[in-house]
Amino acid sequence: MQTPEKVRTAADDREAWEQLTLLPFVERRPEARETFRTQGGLPLERIYTPEHVEGIDYARDIGFPGQFPYTRGPYPTMYRAQPWTMRQIAGFGTADDTNERFRFLIAQGQTGISTDFDMPTLMGYDSDDARSEGEVGREGVAIDSVDDMHDLYAGIDLEQISVSMTINPSAWILLAMYLVVAEERGFDRRKLSGTIQNDIIKEYVSQKEWVYPPRPAMRIVRDSITYSAQHLPRYNPVNVSGYHTREAGSTAIQEVAFTLAAGIAYVDEVVKAGIDVDDFAPRLSFFFVSQIDFLEEVAKFRAARRVWAKIMKERFGAKKPESMRLRFHCQTAGVSCTAREPLNNIARTAIEALAAVLGGAQSLHTNGYDEALSIPSEPAMKIALRTQQIIAEETGVVGTIDPLGGSYALEKLTAEIEAGCFEYFAEVDKRGGVVQCIEDNFFQLELADAAYDLHRRKEAGERQIVGVTKYRDDSPNPALDLHHVDEAAAARQLERLRKTKANRDDAAVRAALEEVVRVAKTDENIMPATIAAARARATGGEIINALRPIFGTYVEKPVF
Amino acid sequence: MPIKVLVTKPGLDGHDRGAKIVARALRDAGMEVVYTGLHQTPEMIVTAAIQEDVDVVGVSILSGAHMTIFPKIMDLLKAREVDDIVVIGGGVIQDADIPKLKALGVREIFNAEATTQDLIDGIERIVAEYGRDRTRRAAAHAR
Repeated sequence: MQTPEKVRTAADDREAWEQLTLLPFVERRPEARETFRTQGGLPLERIYTPEHVEGIDYARDIGFPGQFPYTRGPYPTMYRAQPWTMRQIAGFGTADDTNERFRFLIAQGQTGISTDFDMPTLMGYDSDDARSEGEVGREGVAIDSVDDMHDLYAGIDLEQISVSMTINPSAWILLAMYLVVAEERGFDRRKLSGTIQNDIIKEYVSQKEWVYPPRPAMRIVRDSITYSAQHLPRYNPVNVSGYHTREAGSTAIQEVAFTLAAGIAYVDEVVKAGIDVDDFAPRLSFFFVSQIDFLEEVAKFRAARRVWAKIMKERFGAKKPESMRLRFHCQTAGVSCTAREPLNNIARTAIEALAAVLGGAQSLHTNGYDEALSIPSEPAMKIALRTQQIIAEETGVVGTIDPLGGSYALEKLTAEIEAGCFEYFAEVDKRGGVVQCIEDNFFQLELADAAYDLHRRKEAGERQIVGVTKYRDDSPNPALDLHHVDEAAAARQLERLRKTKANRDDAAVRAALEEVVRVAKTDENIMPATIAAARARATGGEIINALRPIFGTYVEKPVF
Repeated sequence: MPIKVLVTKPGLDGHDRGAKIVARALRDAGMEVVYTGLHQTPEMIVTAAIQEDVDVVGVSILSGAHMTIFPKIMDLLKAREVDDIVVIGGGVIQDADIPKLKALGVREIFNAEATTQDLIDGIERIVAEYGRDRTRRAAAHAR
């Protein structure tokens, strides 16, 4: 009888290499430090080998693009059909000012538009509210009524170009205004394509724009999703976002886990309202950052797709492939940009953009080199857009799908991020679900811990910032042509608002607002009444304030 | 008596990452820290500073509204006769605005590059030089 020979494993091979080759080498020349970690804190092995992917089954876990579990991409041809949508966000001053920037970007070859609103609009205050002083049109565009929305998208064919709006607690009102603009210009709403962020959950966690408490706010999101499922077949009524959570200092795992947990909460809410999951899930869309830690980011995007596919199939019993495939917009990391030596941000942004593309993003915003200094200038936006165009047209990465797939390191990191997500979902379920976790500050404290930890690792020198913490020289910054804040814009906006109020039928506005209030007290969908109010030229602030007595006002319990 | 700091975040924006890290770092350095949370008006900030009887108000602003917010805080402190409370700032504040803010009485602006140690040392120095005499105040209260 033969004694069976011991099967040589990948681990044996690695150990042999460590003894024979690595150790003597390290003795002569030690490594720079003992442990290497990703930005998100995942330990990095010196080298990844087949032993690290032993538990991974190609067909089950990786598979093919356009097929469950979508690890390699949501579509079977990806960028071979057409590159991602190049979507630079813009917004400042009045609607006219921003409209001019949109037209500039479209003329430069941009393929989608994306709107940034000023803080008052984002928080549901009109420009003439006392809380708005100093902030009207400063960080984004001021939109008080349908009249402003008309000018914002003037001359842009809304059936041809997809329009994204980054707005949350007041999102349903802006969506209503947008639909009125489309209607008054004669566009078919069934042909409108675009996205509204409308992701209220991450507001309580990280971006911190809110009006009402989480539970009524969830009802509004539910109503906008169901309305959209019935009337806007090409429109994404929610863009579940991890960007802000990561920018606030989370880990990569938290970014994906908290975002997909929010996705679960929205799906739960809409399903509870009696809508079949396959009737709305295909229009759910997502938004992630692309940070500077290249491998971790590519792995993160792939993990996010795989995790969402499993959630939709296994947790919600979705049947349509479109319900399971996660599509996402991506933005390079604002926090990675430095105020010192700002042109270095062009290099950072290019690397981050490449990670987004190799991770399979559907649309992308690249930051301007002046991101840390002001809202972007036209020259900065042009280079940022050119960076995307260079990746698409010159590098050749569009030619093959998920080209890093199969890398031992990448597959292992993808699996680790996936596992981290499912651990968080179990914890959230145990704690009573997403809304309960917000009310208990669970996400907020997890995030604060991670942000503080990352900050300490930076101060300890584990993570360096070139030109700031390392290779610093104190020569002055180059003279840049920065965006000039137009101090007169606020006054122009106040005049626009005054005109709108002077030209409308006040009785009709009052009646429309009363109808919104009536509907809010029932469980009817709030969208039709809001659209009618927008049509009557009720302002955003008026609609928001009319509902405060019913829905209440959110007050955070500050924790740090 | 440890230095008592009110960390606060005016404006409508939600950029509280820096404020929270600062709050933790100052607490870890042995200071007493009160964090107000977001969306504070100048009125709310000054009221909290008086109620909490702090030495320092640390204002984090990233919305660009600093030239609107700081003057209001400084005026209110004066009006309520507590302008011995030290005011410092941080966030995204252009170099060109720093002298204007200092002229209003803001003692220091710590930009994004300041380390937590810079901040701790800075607060200790500023409080030693300009801070209110809390022992005298406490004695005054006792009378």
